[in-house]
Amino acid sequence: MSAVLTAWVESVGLLGPGLPDWPAAAQVLSGAAPYEARRTAIPPLACLPPAERRRTGKVVRLALTVGLEAVARAGANAAALPAVFSSSGGDGENCHEICQVLASADRQISPTRFHNSVHNAASGYWGIATGATAASNALCAYDASFAAGLLEALVQVRIDETAVLLIAYDADYPEPMRSVRPIPDAFGVAVLLTPVARPGSLARLTADLGAAPADVLPDPRLETLRAQVPAARSLPLLRRIARTERAAVVIDYLGRQRLQLEVSPCH
Amino acid sequence: MKPLALTAFTATSCLGRGVQAMRAALEGERTGLAPCAFETVTLDTHVGEVRGVDDERLPAELQAFECRNNRLALSGLRQDGFDEAVRAAARRLGPERIGVWLGTSTSGILETELAYRRLDPASGALPADFRYHGAHNTFSVAAFVQRALGLGGPAAVISSACSSSAKVFASARRAIEAGLVDAAVVGGVDSLCLTTLYGFHSLQLVARASCRPFDVGRDGLSIGEAAAFALLERPGSGLGADAVLLLGTGESSDAWHMSSPHPEGRGASAAMTQALAAARLTPGEVDYINFHGTGTPSNDAAEARAVAAVLGTEVPGSSTKGATGHTLGAAGGLEAVVCALALRHGLMPGGVNTRVIDPELRVNYLLENRPARLRHVMSNSFGFGGSNCSLIFGRAG
Repeated sequence: MSAVLTAWVESVGLLGPGLPDWPAAAQVLSGAAPYEARRTAIPPLACLPPAERRRTGKVVRLALTVGLEAVARAGANAAALPAVFSSSGGDGENCHEICQVLASADRQISPTRFHNSVHNAASGYWGIATGATAASNALCAYDASFAAGLLEALVQVRIDETAVLLIAYDADYPEPMRSVRPIPDAFGVAVLLTPVARPGSLARLTADLGAAPADVLPDPRLETLRAQVPAARSLPLLRRIARTERAAVVIDYLGRQRLQLEVSPCH
Repeated sequence: MKPLALTAFTATSCLGRGVQAMRAALEGERTGLAPCAFETVTLDTHVGEVRGVDDERLPAELQAFECRNNRLALSGLRQDGFDEAVRAAARRLGPERIGVWLGTSTSGILETELAYRRLDPASGALPADFRYHGAHNTFSVAAFVQRALGLGGPAAVISSACSSSAKVFASARRAIEAGLVDAAVVGGVDSLCLTTLYGFHSLQLVARASCRPFDVGRDGLSIGEAAAFALLERPGSGLGADAVLLLGTGESSDAWHMSSPHPEGRGASAAMTQALAAARLTPGEVDYINFHGTGTPSNDAAEARAVAAVLGTEVPGSSTKGATGHTLGAAGGLEAVVCALALRHGLMPGGVNTRVIDPELRVNYLLENRPARLRHVMSNSFGFGGSNCSLIFGRAG
């Protein structure tokens, strides 16, 4: 039985430092525009009711922003899409606030803080925002979280013969957690994967497990980003999609394992 | 879907270590819940604590993973010959051909909670012995179990609150069907911590004493802890009649509220319907249902509506959370083992603690154990964020 997994990339959403959306990021990654490093600016969410909007932290806004971008670029119906959320750390600010209160005398954490503490908070708010009632997953594989999410999504595309929206995201912790997990800034990427080619497909993607060294990025600042943020381990793959060139790409996975990818542009 | 065999399984909870202890407690209709004496917690409630978890010592080469959650995981792996069964499978299939998918909701967060009491007074820094990767991070338990068992294939933690370790069965079965791996270690590990005890308390969802699922006077859940594991493989030709199979999985999202289920159980119904379709079963072919049954007024009401809509009101069912407590990210795995024991030994466990069934809940709720030859059983797991998963297990013969 072959383990090679295949899907088509229908669209991408992206938000990171100096990378405000996918078209801008594609310009930078393809070499058509210079990279200008800037703190990630996460916009407010218009898609949630005001009460829910007030309860969301930046990590949830990051995940929903890139997810909505990918869905909008594909003209897809978010309500009907299964989703795979993958994050190495979830909402670090919320976790910090809870641990501070639990270490204090009164220990009375707020109900909102508590329900936002679940690793699948972004998935829950995504459902509320979009009405998506299909299966939604929430994964963590530490530094391997992007590749683990991609594998999960590709397997689901193959077995369930459905389009799947992958959303991988990580944001920086406040101190003192920041010192032990030094993620410098927020980075999120969403990839809409489909089981068959569509008129708007960007590229065909195949994946298998491998052991070759992961690709690095030619721009040293982007390479630093790739190395420091688990979700940014996606950048070598996204660069090949942006450059619309047929290429083999290796991205980091777990321990000595890598994901060996083949990208074949559709246009 | 193609059925998979549970070629080994084990569970450790407040009912005891290993399946014999669990079976004896279920047969004796005993609860493992007791007044909360955990850490410095002063909440007036009962919990399902596993005794002696912190006496467990991790092997020297795995010290980087020291935390209560991984101690519980290790204790669980060592019961019922589970670790040996996985090692034997690794010798047969190759350690890189066995994946690890585990559920947890809070991982080793207890260590972080305690470390925050020891922040450097001047700098605010965490103590030098703080372990982010091995203890705090959500992935820690899967990384630990993978290394403890000597495996080298794909691995992930699924952390979707209380559906986590049910959903691992769905992810693993897809990965096996796709040929990504040949077998998978699945299950869940969640351990007591202050975040969940005080968090559920803040939501006013904690029972004053022991939880009483589906009772007319139910007043919330009791938090427990557990480590439960199963080894999933394609069924070979030598399966005995009492071998347990995973027959169907169903997953859905409520798209409704972060901490309350959809009042009509919309997502729960969808998950159960999908699981039936995947198993190619009709509702009448389900012999027993292990409810999610947390004991909160809203969960049990929504679940009862969903079960009545999908399976009707006659199928016998119970929640075993009155015995084990709600083990959160380990609940799906723990209750999968309950289902496996039910199938193997012909036992439908009665829901302990529950005295008077809520007449509003139109389900056939078992207050006492009932022996029966079971062919197919369903297990429900629903979590915060509206994450739902239903599993169907059956006997090979």
